[in-house]
Amino acid sequence: MPDSSRSQRLRKLVQEIAGKPAPEDDQESLFESGLLDSFALPDLVSAIEKEFAVKVPDSDLNPRKFDSIARMDAYLSDHL
Amino acid sequence: MIPAYLHGFGAYLPERVVANAELAERLGRTSEWIESVSGIQERRWAAPEATVSDMGVAAAEDCLRKAGVPANTLGMLIVASGSGARGFPGPAAEVAARLGLDSTPALDLPMASAGSLFGLALAMRLAETQGDVLVVGAEKMSAVIEAAPQDPNTAILFGDGAGAALVSARPGRWRMLDAVLHSDGKYREDLAFQGTGPLRMNGLTVILQAARKIPSSITEVLGRQNVSAQQVAVFLLHQANLNLLTRVAKSLGVSPEKVFSNVQRYGNTSSASMLIAASEWSETTSVRGPIVFSAFGAGFHWGALLADSAA
Repeated sequence: MPDSSRSQRLRKLVQEIAGKPAPEDDQESLFESGLLDSFALPDLVSAIEKEFAVKVPDSDLNPRKFDSIARMDAYLSDHL
Repeated sequence: MIPAYLHGFGAYLPERVVANAELAERLGRTSEWIESVSGIQERRWAAPEATVSDMGVAAAEDCLRKAGVPANTLGMLIVASGSGARGFPGPAAEVAARLGLDSTPALDLPMASAGSLFGLALAMRLAETQGDVLVVGAEKMSAVIEAAPQDPNTAILFGDGAGAALVSARPGRWRMLDAVLHSDGKYREDLAFQGTGPLRMNGLTVILQAARKIPSSITEVLGRQNVSAQQVAVFLLHQANLNLLTRVAKSLGVSPEKVFSNVQRYGNTSSASMLIAASEWSETTSVRGPIVFSAFGAGFHWGALLADSAA
């Protein structure tokens, strides 16, 4: 289930990588909105692994899982 | 197993230079945007009548001349290309015939981007029984780009060219130590070209997987041979995109300068790029030490190969 503290940490990570504020709406696509480009995605996954001490296996490297703060939160909810 | 050696490299690049400005106008983008997302400033495109085999023969002859090996002594030819003009026979038969070979086995690897790496790894294992093995990577990606209207994100990347490497069981400049190869066909639709229509590329998936799998395969082959990334003299990688090369260096914890790049001048020449890079690097350096080759491409196929300066 959504975790507001985790969402805030994810929002901070997105902001650091994008160099711009994260969207207010957690459901908004970070890539379709143009906030992040394709080369930011590997950096985002690495940052999530470090921040949450979790290993994202290659089989989970599906861009849809990391497309929005809500989806990242849901992924972490299932794997932490 | 008798060790195999790399004796040298060769390359061919078409004369026509296609600068970003030319593509930017056609694609409704700017030169600066193309360079920022890819690192590419220009690429080479072959003449309309030039074929993959034409370029493959030119690179093969360049490699054989530099290695001082006559074509008629080759024990095997391997040609990697994802952009051959027809289904069969692939370009290996024509390249072999034009090199004057009439009974030497000539093997096609119809693989984009990772084909020359797989060719080198096969040659390393086959040199013991086949003798001198010439590996060629040749691509006419401009034909793919011109085949149909393309997504600008894809059309900006590709160039034409060919590279070659001579592998032998005879002692040579670099001893080939080990190779790891991997494939995962569940991603086969994420980067594909059907022969007609646009090239299909799910950029997010390609980059996410490549950024993980290239460093992991390099780490795997280095670990098997107890060599650290910091000990490696140069990383000769498939020249997909400068941003990807930079990320690979970061993942490995090495300076970006250790990752050779010429993607700025030639774009992504798919299966030719790694051998073109090796050819340029080998002509401009006398550096000794471990060399790592690595590539990732449609399939997905990926892997890495480790060689070291021979004693």
